[in-house]
Amino acid sequence: MSTTQTGPDPYAQSQDTTSGRVFTVTGQDWDTVVAGVDPDASERIVVNMGPQHPSTHGVLRLILEIDGEAVTEARCGIGYLHTGIEKNMEYRTWTQGVTFCTRMDYLSPMYNEAAYVMAVEKLLGITDQVPEKSQVLRVMMMEINRISSHLVAIATGGMEIGALTVMTVGFRERELCLDIFELFTGLRMNHAYIRPGGVAVDVPEGGLDAVDRFVALMRKRLPELAALCNQNPIFKGRLKDVGYLDLAGCLALGVTGPPLRSTGYDWDLRKKQPYSGYETYDFDVITRDEPDAYGRFRIRMDEMDESLRIVEQCVTRLRGLEGAPVMVGDRKIAWPSQLSVGPDGQGNSADHIRHIMGESMEALIHHFKLVTEGFRVPAGQVYTSVESPRGELACHLVSDGGTRPYRAHFRDPSFSNLQATAAMSEGGMLSDVIVAVASIDPVMGGVDR
Amino acid sequence: MTGGSTQDPSSTTVGGEEVVPSEARTLEVVEVREGMFGVRGSGDTSGYGRLQRPVAMPGTARRPYGGWFDEVADRLEQLAGEGAVESVVVDRDELTLHVRRESILEVARHLRDDAALRYELCSGISGVHYPHEIGRELHAVYHLLSMTHNRRIRLEVAVPDADPHVPSVVSVYPTADWHERETYDFFGIIFDGHPALTRILMPDDWPGHPQRKEYPLGGIPVEYKGATIPPPDERRSYS
Repeated sequence: MSTTQTGPDPYAQSQDTTSGRVFTVTGQDWDTVVAGVDPDASERIVVNMGPQHPSTHGVLRLILEIDGEAVTEARCGIGYLHTGIEKNMEYRTWTQGVTFCTRMDYLSPMYNEAAYVMAVEKLLGITDQVPEKSQVLRVMMMEINRISSHLVAIATGGMEIGALTVMTVGFRERELCLDIFELFTGLRMNHAYIRPGGVAVDVPEGGLDAVDRFVALMRKRLPELAALCNQNPIFKGRLKDVGYLDLAGCLALGVTGPPLRSTGYDWDLRKKQPYSGYETYDFDVITRDEPDAYGRFRIRMDEMDESLRIVEQCVTRLRGLEGAPVMVGDRKIAWPSQLSVGPDGQGNSADHIRHIMGESMEALIHHFKLVTEGFRVPAGQVYTSVESPRGELACHLVSDGGTRPYRAHFRDPSFSNLQATAAMSEGGMLSDVIVAVASIDPVMGGVDR
Repeated sequence: MTGGSTQDPSSTTVGGEEVVPSEARTLEVVEVREGMFGVRGSGDTSGYGRLQRPVAMPGTARRPYGGWFDEVADRLEQLAGEGAVESVVVDRDELTLHVRRESILEVARHLRDDAALRYELCSGISGVHYPHEIGRELHAVYHLLSMTHNRRIRLEVAVPDADPHVPSVVSVYPTADWHERETYDFFGIIFDGHPALTRILMPDDWPGHPQRKEYPLGGIPVEYKGATIPPPDERRSYS
C-alpha cells in the first residue's frame, strides 16, 4: 500500500492505491494528467467507424487513427455478420447446401450458387452432362445479377458521398433486375435456383419477353446514369486519385475483380478459365488504366453494358431451346419434381404430387429417398471459381463420399479485397476512406459468411 | 501418406508382375463408416447396423501426372529439394501437393518467384479437419493461382492436433494475412510468424474452434404442429 499525492489539496485528501501514480484532478487541468501518463502524447485519435455506420456497407467496422483530417492508420474489424454458413452446410444434403450459400454475398446470390454447384458437379463428374439450356439460364441469371450488383455498388457509393440521386436511380434500376429474378426463380433474393445438375425450374411463361423488355429499358436508362455521373465534376473530384492501388498491390493483397481490371490487367475468369459456356459468348473484358475509385466506377458502368450484350445472346439461345431439359438426365441426382406456383405458394408441381401419391409407390420411394437422404458424392476435393461482380468467388469443397459436404469453404472476393483498405486509405483524408471502401464494394454477408 | 492403409483397386497382377493402368489412382482410407443412420447403442432393427464401408480419399498419384503437372512438380523438386513434397495427388484435373510443414514457406517462395512456376496470387487458405487421420488431423489447404501461365495448384500441409503449428506464408503472400487468421479462428492451426494471429470472424473471447468436427453445430429443438424437431446435428443422418 502506498500513498501518493502531488501537492496538498484542500478538497481531496490522501488516497490509497496499490500501484501506479495517483493524480488528483480538481478542475480543468487534464493536461497535467495526460502529460503525466504519456509524456509523448500528441493529437493521436483513434476513431471507431462502424459497425453500425451507414457508410461502411453494412457492418464493417473501421478502426481509424487520425491526425486532424488525415488518416494515419486504417484497420478493419469484421465478423459482425458471421452466421456459420460453412459449418451449417456440413449438416445438410448437397442440394440443400445451395439454400445456405446463396445467402452469403446477398448482392450476388447467383454467383454463390454457381460456384458451389459447379464444385458439386465437378466432384460428381457430371460437368459435361449438365444440359445446355440450364447453362444458358445460369449465364443469363449471373449476368443480370452482375448488373444488379454493380448498380448497388454505384448507388451506395454515390449515396455515401452525398449523391442521393445516384442512389435512387441505382436502386430503381436494380428493382428491374429483381423483378426478372422473381419471375424466373420465385424470389427476389435467396433463390436456390441453380441446383446440382441444372436449375430448379424452367423458363416461366412470358419470361423471355420480360427479359427483352428489361434489356431495352436498361439500354435506355444506363446511359442516363452514365450521363449523370461520368463527367460530373463533383463526382470526379471525389473519386479521382482516391483509393489508388496498382497492379503489384493488387496481386500482393489478392485483390481481383474491378479493382484489378482498373490497373489495366484484363484478368477475367470468364475469358481466362471459361465455365458454363462463357467461351461461346461475344463480350469484351473492360479495363482502364486508372487504378482509383473513378476507374473502378467506370469499369462497373461499362461491365453492365457487356452484361446486357450477354443477356441478349442468352435470350436468343433460349428461344431456340424451348422444351429442352433444364436438369441432368441422371434420375439419381436430378431433383424428382419440377417446381410450380400453387395456391399456397411455390412448391412441387401438382402433377408430380398426383403421380407419387396416387399412381406409383416406387416414385414415392424415389422422391422420399432423394429428398431426405440425398445423393452420395465420390470422395475427393475440388476448387471451382467464377468471376463474380467483386472478383474471384471460389468454392473449395471436400467430400468424404457421404450425402453431405465434408467441408465447404468459400473464397469470397470481398474478404480478400477488403484487406486493401489500409493500402488504399492510409495517408489520405478521412472522407476519402469512405470512397476507397466503396470502390472495393465489400459485401459483409460474403466477408463474414 | 500415413493416414491409413492404402489400397489400389485398379491395379492387377499379371504373371507375377504388377500392371498398373496409366489412369491408376490409389485410394487413401481415412475413415471406416459403420451402419447407415448414425444410430449408436440401440438395438439394430434395420439390418444396416453392421454395414462397414471404408471412406477413401484419392491417394498418391504416380508419374506421369499428365500435362503441365509434371513440369511444375519437376521444377519444384529441383528448387526445393526432394523432401519438400511428401506426395502428389492428381484428381479431377486438379494438382495437389502435400508439402511438409517445415518446407511450406520455401515452397511458397519458389512457387511465387520462379519464372517457370510464377504463382503470383494466393487465392486463399482454408482448413479441413480429418479427426480420423491420426497424427495428421488438421490440414491447411492453400489455393494458388498463376496468372502468367493460367494454372491453379493446391498445397496441403497436414499437422497433428497435438502440435498444430504451421509456418506463416504472409511474408510471401501478404493476402494470406486474413486467410490464416480465419483458419486459426476456425480450426486452431497456429501459423508461426504471422504478424498478428488473432481471431477474425468469431468474437475475441470465443472458446474453441467452431469448424472442427467435434465442435457441435448447436441449436435447440423446435416445436412444429405438435411434433418436436431436433436441431440439425441431432437429426437422423445417413452418412
